[in-house]
Amino acid sequence: MLKIKNLHVSINGKEILQGLNLKVNKGEVHAIMGPNGTGKSTLANIIAGKPGYHVDKGEIIYKGRNLFEMPPEERAQEGVFLGFQYPVEIPGVSMTNFMRTAINEHRKYKGLDPMSAGEFLKLMKEKQQLVEIHSKLTNRSVNEGFSGGEKKKNEIFQMAMLEPELAILDETDSGLDIDALKIVANGVNKLKTKDNATIVITHYQRLLDYIVPDFVHILFDGKIVKSGGKELALILEEKGYEWIKDESPN
Amino acid sequence: MKEEEQNNILNEVTQSDYKFGFVTDIDMEMAPKGLNEDIIRFISKKKNEPDFMLEYRLRAYRKWLTMQEPDWAHLNIPPIDYQDIIYYAAPKKKKELSSLDEVDPELLDTFNKLGISLEEQKLLSGVAVDAVFDSVSVKTTFSETLEKYGIIFCSFSEAVQNHPDLVKKYVGSVVPYGDNYFAALNSAVFSDGSFCYIPKGVRCPVELSTYFRINTAGTGQFERTLIVADEGSYVSYLEGCTAPQRDENQLHAAVVEIVALKDAEVKYSTVQNWYPGDKNGKGGIFNFVTKRGMCKGSHSKISWTQVETGSAVTWKYPGCILLGDNSIGEFYSVAVTNNHQQADTGSKMIHLGKNTKSTIISKGISSGFSNNSYRGLVKISKRAENSRNYSQCDSLLLGDKCGAHTFPYINTANRSSIVEHEATTSKISEDQLFYCQQRGIDTENAIGLIVNGYAKEVLKQLPMEFAVEAQKLLSISLEGSVG
Amino acid sequence: METKYNDIIFKEKVVSLFEQNRAQFGANDTTRMSEERSKAFEQFKKVGFPDKKMEAWRNTNLKDVFAHNYNIQFSPVDEKSDFDKVFQCNIHNFDTQTIALYNGWYLSEDKHLITLPNGTIIGSLAQAIKEYPELVQKHYNKYTNIEENGLIALNTAFSQDGIFIYVPDNVKTYKTIQMVNILDKEDDLFIQNRNLIIVGKNAKLTILHCDDSYNYSRSFTNTVTEVFIDEGAEVDHYKLQNLNDSTTLINTTYFHQESYSKLTTNSITLNGGLIRNKINVVLNGEGGEANVFGVYLADKEQHIDNQVFVDHAKANCNSDELFKGIIDDNATAVFNGHILVRKDSQHTNASQTNRNMQLTDKATVYTKPFLEIYADDVKCNHGATIGQLDEEAMFYIQSRGIGDYDARLLLLYAFAAEVINKISVDTLRESIDDLVKKRLRGELAICDQCVLQCKDQEKTYEFKIDISKI
Repeated sequence: MLKIKNLHVSINGKEILQGLNLKVNKGEVHAIMGPNGTGKSTLANIIAGKPGYHVDKGEIIYKGRNLFEMPPEERAQEGVFLGFQYPVEIPGVSMTNFMRTAINEHRKYKGLDPMSAGEFLKLMKEKQQLVEIHSKLTNRSVNEGFSGGEKKKNEIFQMAMLEPELAILDETDSGLDIDALKIVANGVNKLKTKDNATIVITHYQRLLDYIVPDFVHILFDGKIVKSGGKELALILEEKGYEWIKDESPN
Repeated sequence: MKEEEQNNILNEVTQSDYKFGFVTDIDMEMAPKGLNEDIIRFISKKKNEPDFMLEYRLRAYRKWLTMQEPDWAHLNIPPIDYQDIIYYAAPKKKKELSSLDEVDPELLDTFNKLGISLEEQKLLSGVAVDAVFDSVSVKTTFSETLEKYGIIFCSFSEAVQNHPDLVKKYVGSVVPYGDNYFAALNSAVFSDGSFCYIPKGVRCPVELSTYFRINTAGTGQFERTLIVADEGSYVSYLEGCTAPQRDENQLHAAVVEIVALKDAEVKYSTVQNWYPGDKNGKGGIFNFVTKRGMCKGSHSKISWTQVETGSAVTWKYPGCILLGDNSIGEFYSVAVTNNHQQADTGSKMIHLGKNTKSTIISKGISSGFSNNSYRGLVKISKRAENSRNYSQCDSLLLGDKCGAHTFPYINTANRSSIVEHEATTSKISEDQLFYCQQRGIDTENAIGLIVNGYAKEVLKQLPMEFAVEAQKLLSISLEGSVG
Repeated sequence: METKYNDIIFKEKVVSLFEQNRAQFGANDTTRMSEERSKAFEQFKKVGFPDKKMEAWRNTNLKDVFAHNYNIQFSPVDEKSDFDKVFQCNIHNFDTQTIALYNGWYLSEDKHLITLPNGTIIGSLAQAIKEYPELVQKHYNKYTNIEENGLIALNTAFSQDGIFIYVPDNVKTYKTIQMVNILDKEDDLFIQNRNLIIVGKNAKLTILHCDDSYNYSRSFTNTVTEVFIDEGAEVDHYKLQNLNDSTTLINTTYFHQESYSKLTTNSITLNGGLIRNKINVVLNGEGGEANVFGVYLADKEQHIDNQVFVDHAKANCNSDELFKGIIDDNATAVFNGHILVRKDSQHTNASQTNRNMQLTDKATVYTKPFLEIYADDVKCNHGATIGQLDEEAMFYIQSRGIGDYDARLLLLYAFAAEVINKISVDTLRESIDDLVKKRLRGELAICDQCVLQCKDQEKTYEFKIDISKI
């Protein structure tokens, strides 16, 4: 589904990703771990198409298409979803209106008619339950006045609404207490099917107790320096990132 | 009176090409260009006005002669030849079209985006209407309702004929004819407009907009509106129309006066969508409007809400004179400028009474090559003890060819009042845009969403059905503003 | 009726004085300077003094100022003034290099221009024109705009002397240079001061610009100062104004900043009759930073007007403005801020704040923070407030056993302190802090160095309340 080949990315002339390779298939859950500042969020942003990054080399093929040729909204419509580390507030735009616009844009892309108000509200209700998010929150403006945990839940709620094929969750666990973490993980697990894939970006192993990955990759200095099964996360937890630095060729 | 009003409405609906509800005669067609006392006498005579009205017009005209066109606004206006205007004639007759197929497709496109019904589209674009009877029945019910409450709601000309005492008492009492250049011009030559009187203790049960939407499509170049809310009454009045309005007259100089007596409340909402000119800034309406409310009695309240998206040039500062103690003035504005439009708009809050309060919320959105200015005056006089003003004036810039300016004038003369003014200017946040895009919303729609969110505080002040249209209007006005 | 035309009468007087004494002006002018002087004179002749019809002058009326007949001096006073005698700094323990203008002329016992060991040149502008015509000519009158108003034109036409400071590239002056403008003449004087300050690349300069008066005579000072701040240079500029209640001071400063330069200017107005500070800042290179602060304490019949224009002419610059004022008795305070962000000045951050505390019903405050923005990638904000002492805070302090008077002082001081605390020179901050406290307690008035004329028997307070403005 997703193939990243020898990806070099820089921002303002500073090289962040330095030859990253990654392959993700349908039905898989990948965890990307690594210390701060090694390019985890850059990877998430570059897949989603955030402006400001410069691709120096390499390619990303998604569902057989060159991802760099698609604007961000088209990537989203093709099923790429990014759960933001720091979801932005959009004052005055209600969650309901926002999601309805998003859903209808997705449907338009697929050649479907817009969803009726009734259907939409039904869908909202259903998905709200999945992530145990208060309907009160969805009546408010997008992320405005949400607590850290509410923002993260709201990201998963939107993921549930949009049913992506490739979900990238960027530090979704950061700032969550254990109850919220469970709810978020539970939501992600429920949304998992054999046809979609998830990339979980995290700093701590903690989240992986709840979302069990098929693969764990360790990102260091803009490259994946180690890949393995879920046990790799445990080793990392035990030995710390210093271990990777020692293991790393440079 | 009822029958007359009905006829008038009927006429206005069926012959919306004519500015007035009566037949055009030869003389009128012959009225020469230009402005002088004879023309004013002629206008007044044609309208069969009582002497006080003619005197008022003449005084205004003589004052106007001594005045100079204001040039302090942040506007670039080509010189206007006031002698090249016909001051007494119906607006140029639009060609009557036989079906919507003949209407400019661009216009129709906008109608559809706004969700305006087919019938209304026909009315607005001047297609001969055959479904008048439906409208009439609506209007009859409407008139009956108003009559039951003793509410007077008629054209200004009719009011001059039927309620001369009320007109005489209040006309020019809030906006004196010498107030400014354009107010003086309007006072001398005003064509028609609306008059509204709400009797003591009456709460007008309907938005005076609901039916007026069609009526206003035919209001004139020099419109004059007077609203008087007697003690303890309430009215919500909506002027304008979200549908694009095309008028051949380039200069519009309107005056709106509101008087709120003790405990009365008036809510005045405007949607202004006059022709803004083409993408290159050619053509378009010059809209010079003087709007002012007087909170004459204690505990009275006047609230202005405006959504300004049209006109090539907008010059207007709806304000309130807070004369009565504990009176309240409010101003909520969204002004969008695109292409080569210029807007210089804002509010004036003059605090004269004790414990008076005013709020100004202004949201300016500029894009294209446009310039959008907020200009406001908050004046707290010595007598206005314990008064409060809060102003928030934000500007949003879309693109690097436009300008956004803020000119707040603040003056206080007593120690117990508090005035706060805040303003920010920024561009649309790239993070917000990307967030929307990541959810599959394209740039144009994302901007529409974000801008509407930004203007929410103002839009929510509008009557419900208008708020929905105004939202669509904002998005449409900004179309093509981003590459 | 005659007073209506005071400014015209005075203008005519000034014009004829200039024409009669043309030869006395700018004996050492370079050709360009001389031409500009004539041009400025023509401009003044055309426009005259600013009046209320001008947008920038609508709240500051000079008509009454011109009701008096001022004298103009074309040469320095004869008597050799002893510097230490005329000037006693009320900022103690402050090691400065002090230079002074006395009634408009450079005051010195010997040399009119000195060169410090690090190459910094300070002294009289008239002398600098003589000795360094090239250097002066490169910057003189380059940053002013004689069309801004008649007073700028008048100053350019009439100026004969002023302060000159030149800091060469890479020189950091750690000693504060104190420029003092002293008024001490029984005759009511009309004075044109012209200062030029040139700060070279990566240089650093701290200046304290004091305006003081030492007797109760009326005077009208019209000062124009040009400050050129070259690439990477840093200037700390403080203006301390403590003048008698009959003084009129119009102080116009033009700061011209090149790339990556940093300016902090702080105007502290403790007392004065009619004071108008106009500060122009042009951020003419990327990466510039301008901090424009001020605090004003006005009471009695005083009129204090602060005008700030910040021109973001280039991208990536930051500006920050904060002006706070306490307005008591019948005083009037005016603040006009104008931030201009030009078309290609992207990534501009600009902030503008004016806060006023109005203590009486007879005081008047006019504030107009104005933003004019033509670039989209900017963050600009402005705010203005007019209010009073916070009742709750008053009550809180009083509930701790502090009396009404002291509670009031505490709060007033705290209000002003936000600006005072921005002074980065410690001794200066402490001294000014002290002065402000004294001023708020009314102690400046009884102090030895009294510059207030509360004991002046001749002065009668006129309570002019314009009924039409109510």
